[in-house]
Amino acid sequence: MIELLPPGAILILGGLLVPLLPGRLKPWAGVALPVLGFIHLLALDKGFVRTLVVFGYELTPVRIDGLSLVFGYVFFIAAILGGIYGLHVRDNVQLAAALTYVGSAIGGVFAGDLITLFIYWELTAVTSVFLVWAGRTKRAARAGMRYLVIQVGSGVILLAGVILHFVDGGSLEFGKLIGADGRLGSAGIGVLLIFIAFGIKCAFPLLHNWLQDAYPESTVTGTVYLSIFTTKLAVYALARGFPGTGILIVIGAVMTAFPIFFAVIENDLRRVLTYSLNNQLGFMVVGIGIGTQLAINGTAAYAFANIIFEGLLFMAMGAVLLRTGTCLGSELGGLYKTMPRTAALCIVGAASISAFPFLSGFVTKPLILDETASGHHVVIYLMLLFASAGVFHHSGIKIPYFAFFAHDSGKRVKEAPGHMLFAMAVMAVMCIGIGVYPEILYRVLPYPMEYHAYTTTHVITQYQLLLFSALAFVFLQKTGLYPPELRSVNLDFDWTYRKALPALVRGSVSLGRVAVGAILVPTRSLVDRVLRLVYQLHGPEGVFARTWTTGSIAFWAVVVLCGYLLYFLAR
Amino acid sequence: MSDHNDHERRYWLDDKRNVNKVCYALYTVCAGFALADLFPYKQHLHFDFEYWPGFSSIYGYVSCVALVLAATQLRKVLKRDEDYYD
Repeated sequence: MIELLPPGAILILGGLLVPLLPGRLKPWAGVALPVLGFIHLLALDKGFVRTLVVFGYELTPVRIDGLSLVFGYVFFIAAILGGIYGLHVRDNVQLAAALTYVGSAIGGVFAGDLITLFIYWELTAVTSVFLVWAGRTKRAARAGMRYLVIQVGSGVILLAGVILHFVDGGSLEFGKLIGADGRLGSAGIGVLLIFIAFGIKCAFPLLHNWLQDAYPESTVTGTVYLSIFTTKLAVYALARGFPGTGILIVIGAVMTAFPIFFAVIENDLRRVLTYSLNNQLGFMVVGIGIGTQLAINGTAAYAFANIIFEGLLFMAMGAVLLRTGTCLGSELGGLYKTMPRTAALCIVGAASISAFPFLSGFVTKPLILDETASGHHVVIYLMLLFASAGVFHHSGIKIPYFAFFAHDSGKRVKEAPGHMLFAMAVMAVMCIGIGVYPEILYRVLPYPMEYHAYTTTHVITQYQLLLFSALAFVFLQKTGLYPPELRSVNLDFDWTYRKALPALVRGSVSLGRVAVGAILVPTRSLVDRVLRLVYQLHGPEGVFARTWTTGSIAFWAVVVLCGYLLYFLAR
Repeated sequence: MSDHNDHERRYWLDDKRNVNKVCYALYTVCAGFALADLFPYKQHLHFDFEYWPGFSSIYGYVSCVALVLAATQLRKVLKRDEDYYD
C-alpha cells in the first residue's frame, strides 16, 4: 500500500486539506506532514522503481537511487525545519502552498521519466507563486506574476523539449540526456530545449532575475521555503541529465562571479541572499559541468550543505524582518543587543557558507574545487577562488554585520520567537556536525568515495583566503571606501522586461499609430468619396433609387413590345 | 533580553576601543597565518602558483578589494530610486 504513493504525495494531498484544520492545529501540519513523508521515504528501498503504462507509454513515477536520495533527504529535513520555523503562521494560503510546493519538488526529484518530471516541474511553479503572492503587497503581486510567467514558461519549454526529444527517437526515461562528448552542439533540439528549461529554473546568467525579483517579496517563512526547493530541483535535474556538459563549467563560473558584485551594493538583505544563492548555484553547476563521479558527489554534497546554511541565513533574516518589519541594511544595525541568539546563529550560517574549517561548507565545496583543478581549468579555478572570497565578503560578513552590528539603528526589538530559534539552532548544529564529521554526509552521496577535507595545506590556505578577505573588509570600512547601504534599487537584467520591453512595446504602438494614420487618412477619404457618389446615385434621392408607378411601367412595356412588333413586320 | 535598561546599558562593542581590539586581534591572526607560508607545509596542490608564499592571502585580499571597488563603480551606473519600478 505504502509503495503506491510516490514520495511527496503525502505533502501534496495533506497540504490541500490544511485549510480544513482548526486554526491552532494548522501550522503543526507543516511539521507533521513532512515528518510522515520522510518516514514514508525511509520505508522505500534504495533501487525501488515503480512503472506505469499510460496510453501505451511506459512512465516511471518513482525511482529511488543514490542521486535522488541525497536531494530527497535534505528536502525533507529542510521541510520539517521550515515547518517548525513557521509555527506562528495561521495563513491557509501560505501553509497549503508551502506543503504542496515542497511535495511537488520532492516528487520531481524522484520522477523517473520526463513526463512525470514535467508535471512536478509545473506544479512547483504554480504552488510556489502563492508563496510570493502571500506577501500581499502590490509589489509581491506583480513580482509573483512575472515569476509565474517565467516558471510556467520553463515548464512549457521543458514539455516542448520532451516531445521533440521523444519524436526524435529519444527515450522518455529521465537519464543522462547529453551525449558522451558532452557537447550541446551535437545534441538534438529537444535536448537543447530541456537544457534551457533546466537553466531557467537554475537561474543561469541572464535567465536568473526571477530569483532576485520574486523571492524577497514573499513572507518571512515563504522566502525560506522558496530559497530551498526550486533551484535545487533544477540542480538535481541538471546533474541527472547533463553531467559532463562542458558549457556548464563556463556558465557555472560566470554564475559564481557576477552576482556577488550586485550583492555588495544591494540594500535589501534578503535580496543580498538571493544573489548569494545564485552564486552558490554556480559552484554546483561547475561541478555538474565537470561531471566526474567526485564532482557530482561534490555538487550533491554542496547542495545538501547549502540548503542548510543558506536556509539558516534566510531564516535569520526572516526573524529580523518579523521583529523589525524591514530587511533593509540601511535601516538595520545594532540588533545583536536584543537579538543575540539570532545573531549568533546567523554567524554560524555565515561562517558555513564562507567555508570556514570545521563547518559544512569547508568539507563540501573543495570537492568541486579540487575536481576543477584536476581538470586543469586554471581560469575557472581562479574564478571560483575569487567567488569564494566574495561569498565570505557579502554573505559571511555583510549579512551579519549590517543586520546585527554596524551603526546602531536604535531598534530594540524582541529576540526571535522560540520555535524560530529552535529551527535555526538545529540547522546550525547540522552545519557544525557535517563540518566536524563529514563522513555522515559522504555516506549518502551517489558514488562511494574516500575524501579527506582536513589536510594541513587545505586548512591553512583556506584560513588565509578568508582572513585576508576579512582584512580587506576592515581596510575598506576604515578608509570609507566601502559603499554605504543606501535606500535604492539596482538595475539588473529584469530591467529589460520591466522597463525596456514595455517601453519598446509602447514605442512601437505609438509609432504604429503614426504609421497607420499616415496610410489610413488618405485611404479613408478616398473610400468616403466613393461612398458619397454611390449614395448620390443609389441613396433615397438617387437616380437609381426612384420608385416608378405601375402605369409608367406598363406604358414602357407597351412601347418595347410595339417596337418589337414593328421590327418583326419590317423584316 | 528585553529588560527596560537596554537603552542605558552599554555593550562591550559600544566602546570604540573594544572595536579596535577586535581589529588588532584580526591583524594578529592574519599575520600569524601569513607567516605560516615561511614553512614548506604545502602539499598536493594542483597548480604551481598555489605554492608561492602568500598566494592565498594576497589573492583573498586583492579579490575583495577589487570586488568592492568594482561594485562601487557599478553602483554609479545601476543605482536608481527605490520606487523606480513602481
